[in-house]
Amino acid sequence: MTTVLLLLITGVGLGALYFLVASGLSLIYGLMGVLNFAHGSFLTLAGFLGWEVGRRVGDGSWAGLLVGMLVGLVVGALVAAITELVFIRALYERHIEQVLVTVGLGLASVALFEGIWGTDPIQIRLPEWLGQTTDVLGANIPNDRWLLIGSAALVLVLIVLFLQRTSYGLVIRAGVENRTMVTALGIDVRRAFTVVFAIGGAAAGLGGVLASVYYGQVGAHQGTSLLIYAFIVTVIGGLGSLSGAAIASVLVAVIQQFANFYLGGTGDLAVVLALAAVLLVRPTGLMGKVTH
Amino acid sequence: MTGDRPALELDAVGLQIGGARILRDVTMRVATGEMVGVIGPNGAGKTTLFNVISGVAVPTSGRVLLAGDDVTGQRVHQRARAGLGRTFQTSSVFAGLTAGENVRLAAQAWLGGATSPWRFPRTDDEASGVARRCLEEVGLDHHLGTSAGVLSHGDKRKLEIAMLIATEPQVVLLDEPMAGVGSGDVAGLVDVIRRLHRSGRTVLMVEHHMEVLLGLVDRVAVMHHGELLAIGTPKAIMADPAVQKAYLGESV
Repeated sequence: MTTVLLLLITGVGLGALYFLVASGLSLIYGLMGVLNFAHGSFLTLAGFLGWEVGRRVGDGSWAGLLVGMLVGLVVGALVAAITELVFIRALYERHIEQVLVTVGLGLASVALFEGIWGTDPIQIRLPEWLGQTTDVLGANIPNDRWLLIGSAALVLVLIVLFLQRTSYGLVIRAGVENRTMVTALGIDVRRAFTVVFAIGGAAAGLGGVLASVYYGQVGAHQGTSLLIYAFIVTVIGGLGSLSGAAIASVLVAVIQQFANFYLGGTGDLAVVLALAAVLLVRPTGLMGKVTH
Repeated sequence: MTGDRPALELDAVGLQIGGARILRDVTMRVATGEMVGVIGPNGAGKTTLFNVISGVAVPTSGRVLLAGDDVTGQRVHQRARAGLGRTFQTSSVFAGLTAGENVRLAAQAWLGGATSPWRFPRTDDEASGVARRCLEEVGLDHHLGTSAGVLSHGDKRKLEIAMLIATEPQVVLLDEPMAGVGSGDVAGLVDVIRRLHRSGRTVLMVEHHMEVLLGLVDRVAVMHHGELLAIGTPKAIMADPAVQKAYLGESV
């Protein structure tokens, strides 16, 4: 029982990380039909810069980590917005070219990060509490999972509030449903594209700093490896659906944890099988309605 | 409003695509506050006429004037700004949003509220007020919080008209508003269109439902093979032998 609880909560913690990456991917695809393969680079860069600033503020301190998370948010948002303005906008409605340019950015940026920070991951120092565990009904839960779950939950609530309560959120929700019609109403939907990219980038940026907390290190390939799972989550949840991404994140991570523990480290295989099963039974994903 | 200048003027408008002449020398003047029905067999050029007026299609000859201003070279959103609104043959509401949000979106587009990302819509702000007023005008105020996807087809059409009103058009083009509407919804929709007209707006309407059309409009324009065959009061048009031969005689 305690093992199940441990696997469950650590799974949700990993799912939180997936969600931070997948939420942006799903919104961007939903609104613009762009599969953003550069999303992992936003995460990696934010992770590195968050760490660089954070350790100067206070290496291994809470202040350093919180400043790092803030830097991650800002860096993620800025880099994503610039990517949209410079690369994506120029290729408006040309989806193959958009995919190619984001793939290119993803590959080139990893090489750049390796050039700056080296090919090996760098071990980082964290506040002591995060390295300890909390007893929940006999299960010793690593404390860093609480930080991941709390942050992702906060991001989810903020994005939902933004989508449901702001004027821009209304434009984005309508745009996910039918982009052409929003334009016909006389709304410049391209401005919403930049906003969605910035929001997705901010979430991924925060995810970058939290990924370094989860793995205890920062590295040039962190974004790339998380991006694969995030894409799987996005497809399972349904492209364009935020709630789908949230549910699928937790589902995928929990399945992964359990398969790794009980089925001899077959977590990744289980995730791919889950993806295949969902695609066969519900090709639009759990909550997806978007068909571009 | 604009006094003696017609709300809408078509001056020898022609549209040629390849070798096909879709519209030929259509000349028409619609006075401010007038309601004109456009009829004609399928393929007569009715929707193309609407496309040319709204800017979806660019005429190869002739001019389109709104309240005396030449808008021939203007694009769709510019003409919308100049006071032209239209609905489409197929229903075009956002099914995932509530009725109130649909109209609010249109009002936002018109008021420019969509450009300030951090402003939270409040129930008492201008766009929400416009949304409520427009829903009231088409009799859908009780559906403010209802998801647009579950509305009846007739109510969806009313919702489109509410979205149209929110952009404060002077000239309104309705493309087959009765298409696909259940018989129980027709009376309510007719009422909405009548009120739309009585509030001083100029209305052009393509409609196959002749009974409805003849009871609503001041004049009827008959299109045939891309030409304006005749335009006049419903009575005069029904009595016109050329019209009977070209259109009514064939399809009724």
